[in-house]
Amino acid sequence: MINFEYTRVSSVKAAIDVLAKNPTGSFIAGGTNLIDLMKRGVTAPSRLIDINNLPLKQIEETKTGLSIGALVINSDVEENDIVQKKYPLLAMALKAGASAQLRNMATVGGNIMQRTRCTYFHDTAMPCNKREPGSGCGALQGYNRMHAIFGASDKCIAVHPSDMCIALAALDATVHISGPKGERKILFTNFHRLPGDTPGKDNTLLKGEIIAGVTIPENNFIKNIYYLKIRDRASYAFALVSVAAALELSGETVKNVRLAMGGVAHKPWRLTEAEKFLTGKRVSKETFIQAAEIAMKGAKAYGHNNFKLKMAPAAIVEALMKAAG
Amino acid sequence: MDKKFSTNALHFIDRVDGVQKVTGAAKYSAEYDFPGLVYAVLTGSTIAKGSIVDMDTKAAENAPGVLAVVTHLNSPELPGYKKTAIQANVPETKRGYHVFTDNIIRFNGQPVALTIANTYERAVYAASLVKTKYKEEEHQTDLDAAIKNGKALEGNPYKDYVRGEPDAWKNSEVKIEAEYRMPLEVHNPMEIHAITVVWEGEEKVTVYEKTQTLKTTQQNIMRAFGLKEENVRVITQFVGGAFGSAFNTWPHSMAALIGARKIGKPLKLMLARSQMFTLVGYRPQAIQKINMGATKDGKLTGITHEATAMTSSYQEFTEGIVNASRSLYTCPNVTTRYKVYPLDLSQPTWMRGPGETTGAYALESAMDELADALHLDPIEFRLRNYAETDLENNKPYSSKFLKEAYQLGAEKIKWQDRNPEPRSMKEGDWMIGYGTGTGTFGAWRGDAKVAARLLPDGTLILQSGVTDMGPGTATAMTKLASDIFGISPRNIKFEMGDSNLPPGPFQGGSGTTSSLGTAVHNVCVNMKKKLADLIKDNSIFHTEIVHTVKPEDLLFEDGYMILASDHSKKISYGDALKDAGMKQLELLESSDGNPMNGYSAFSYAVHFVKLMVHAATGVIKIARVVSAVDAGKIVNESTAESQIIGAVVGGIGMSLMEEGVVDHRYGRWVNNNFADYHVAVQADVPHIEVLFVNKPDPILNPIGSKGMGEVGLVGFAAAVSNAVYHATGKRIRELPITPDKLI
Repeated sequence: MINFEYTRVSSVKAAIDVLAKNPTGSFIAGGTNLIDLMKRGVTAPSRLIDINNLPLKQIEETKTGLSIGALVINSDVEENDIVQKKYPLLAMALKAGASAQLRNMATVGGNIMQRTRCTYFHDTAMPCNKREPGSGCGALQGYNRMHAIFGASDKCIAVHPSDMCIALAALDATVHISGPKGERKILFTNFHRLPGDTPGKDNTLLKGEIIAGVTIPENNFIKNIYYLKIRDRASYAFALVSVAAALELSGETVKNVRLAMGGVAHKPWRLTEAEKFLTGKRVSKETFIQAAEIAMKGAKAYGHNNFKLKMAPAAIVEALMKAAG
Repeated sequence: MDKKFSTNALHFIDRVDGVQKVTGAAKYSAEYDFPGLVYAVLTGSTIAKGSIVDMDTKAAENAPGVLAVVTHLNSPELPGYKKTAIQANVPETKRGYHVFTDNIIRFNGQPVALTIANTYERAVYAASLVKTKYKEEEHQTDLDAAIKNGKALEGNPYKDYVRGEPDAWKNSEVKIEAEYRMPLEVHNPMEIHAITVVWEGEEKVTVYEKTQTLKTTQQNIMRAFGLKEENVRVITQFVGGAFGSAFNTWPHSMAALIGARKIGKPLKLMLARSQMFTLVGYRPQAIQKINMGATKDGKLTGITHEATAMTSSYQEFTEGIVNASRSLYTCPNVTTRYKVYPLDLSQPTWMRGPGETTGAYALESAMDELADALHLDPIEFRLRNYAETDLENNKPYSSKFLKEAYQLGAEKIKWQDRNPEPRSMKEGDWMIGYGTGTGTFGAWRGDAKVAARLLPDGTLILQSGVTDMGPGTATAMTKLASDIFGISPRNIKFEMGDSNLPPGPFQGGSGTTSSLGTAVHNVCVNMKKKLADLIKDNSIFHTEIVHTVKPEDLLFEDGYMILASDHSKKISYGDALKDAGMKQLELLESSDGNPMNGYSAFSYAVHFVKLMVHAATGVIKIARVVSAVDAGKIVNESTAESQIIGAVVGGIGMSLMEEGVVDHRYGRWVNNNFADYHVAVQADVPHIEVLFVNKPDPILNPIGSKGMGEVGLVGFAAAVSNAVYHATGKRIRELPITPDKLI
């Protein structure tokens, strides 16, 4: 780890100002990801701007839904009464993430901003276009068991590791951003990006901006939801494949549905075509299997992750079955 | 656990060092501090094979707080590392690797520089500034490719074994052929390897080293630096798990010694977790073929076990992979073959149940496959081939209570209630499977010395130069001494962890309790005789019929010598000492090696596993484990149980998640951290029930104990694999059994 400077700020404006003066600096909140990256030499911010004192720690019900500050820790979101009652998919996804210790440190904003767990990204002696543009993708022909089957490029096949984000993508959340030019918001599904030719950029956050929080519109996905996470051990493991499934049923008929997957793409992967197919259909395993087939269109595996072509559709069906109850 | 224990009122005592451990008072090798202490960090190579062409250490040397950067260019030539003519005659694969002695790169992550600074953080930073230019050569880290293109090592350890007719399985009525693959598994005890070095001048040193063997460590340092024995002191008060990783004096420890002597300051070196994957050994990858045949009524007629494993390019490593196949079952025709290929990876080493664990995975999986082919219950099949004598060595067993272990375990898990048909048992979305596997590991007894001192206040101090990597050696020895010497465990102090003490055994191979326990037994028995001698004519014991007391007239209980014929006549050990005008009573006793004359000795474990496989996702949950163990007489029940539980937890990792992955293009690790290299977490571990047969071995040692640290892991992975087959009807012949293999 190299030397760095440290500033603690207590307002969003101050945070933005300090970052503007230190363009090679980095915000730090829980630090559960950033510190690891700094230790391994993957990133070396000149200044850490500690934002833990910013007033972004509220979970509030609004007229249109729920607002969660960027600095609320994952475990507080998961245990929040409103979240548990009205947004149980989010609670379930959070509980599937990381370990209790990490959830007690990690913030909502940090979770959204976490970098990929791709091993080639993490080892500075290996090639990685995300870490060092032009050095090549070590994973493409390497050990890519954890890697993408959707939306990858020949420059990068890394996946976004979050569980929380999969639920937020499914729930049509919005990311609220503050920056030097004021505030803006962006649909959660548009926040993260695909690697394309510039895998160095994980998301659409602009230089100098900070995430202030997320909002989730009100919904009726309360009874028939499920977050399925398939992983190599029962806790503290990233998803091989995960599925966030939310159904609004009218009798046996699907009135409204949301599906998103984790562990399969550079961003939370919304299954919009499958959602369209399912809407208005009667609940049945056969229908879910057809939806999974639709969802898998365009999937491509890279060797060690070939199993995901079988596991992903099985997971979609299973998550929908569980959600349907 | 079942309370089927004999004789003593107390079946166990709590860990004598438990409070120290949970309060942080226990000191591990990285926790010693000295005035002026400096910190050293190793920089590892980024290629797997080749040589160093050039090194630039200027930036590192000029970094804040840096005292020195040691490389092969400026490291002193140690007397023990001199390239002698003899060395030249040793084949390359046996020469070993001595840190900083040449510019040759043998594995990725090999230490190329040691950076010493006045804080740990500064050393870490400066170590990252060391620039090394390499000349790369083509490397081979892939065992499959080496088998295809390379050459296996030759020599004595690789002799084929044939009993009866070679490859007789071919002519059997019922037979199976199967290949089993076990990946490389790394050592990753909770405590990272560390060493603190304090030189006094250039000829005398004290090291606080993570080791399982004080004596060997002392000898290794003596030899390398050409020092006198009395000038090398090794202290290891506590070890936070080792499992075989702390037998060698690894290159990082030698580097620390070199660096500390160079700068003349006390120095500490802790490995990073990622360095634990390359610098302290691992369980070598193995590919095993088992061909096995039996008569229709389930009598084994032939076993052929062929194992292919790996070692480093510079140090041969072999282990007992094929051993159990020769003697666990009574089979007239057994052939074993063992090949080892050198790879451009770091040195493998002993790892819990070394060899036997790898071998039993294959053997016990194959036994299940053959039982299935015979339509026989797997336990019944094993009983039909139960070995009453060791056919490999033509010797009787010192004791063998494996049948009892089968029975205990099978009853506990209700084995007879399982539907033997694969894929027949279900609970909701989950397929249920039961599986079993048997483990065996050699039992033995080695040299050990124990010094005893009885004080007038009744305290017994026992001393031996042994280390405890976690099983609770001091606790077991205290319990043993308490039982034999007849005093409260509270009045016993067991001192260890210092090479200045009388040499104890190394800790490993499941031999500590047998070896050290024998010495403790002897010292306690003889101490009682000495005590009795003190009061031979003591009037306290005078009665009408007793005039001169002999030891056999006395009971030794609760710190008192009591006249057996009249319990009202007694004297405390302390008073006996005081009456005799003695300040203390001293004694030194030994355990003298293996007394096995004519016997074979083994411990046994039978594992029963109930698990659940999720039909849609392939996720496996281990629901229940019952492990029944024949380890002779159990010295201390609670710590013994913990050892088996710990082994089973390791076994869960081995069977379901552990896999060291190297990217062969670079010969470099890709999962060298705890997020990517998975070991079992709490949520993966069910209730583990441990049962002990607890019958004494009459031959091995006077305490009747066999070993148990290793055997608890042996056979477990097969039990899981067999249970997966029972649950799903799928044979997964490659560990770990991850969900992707079942989908």
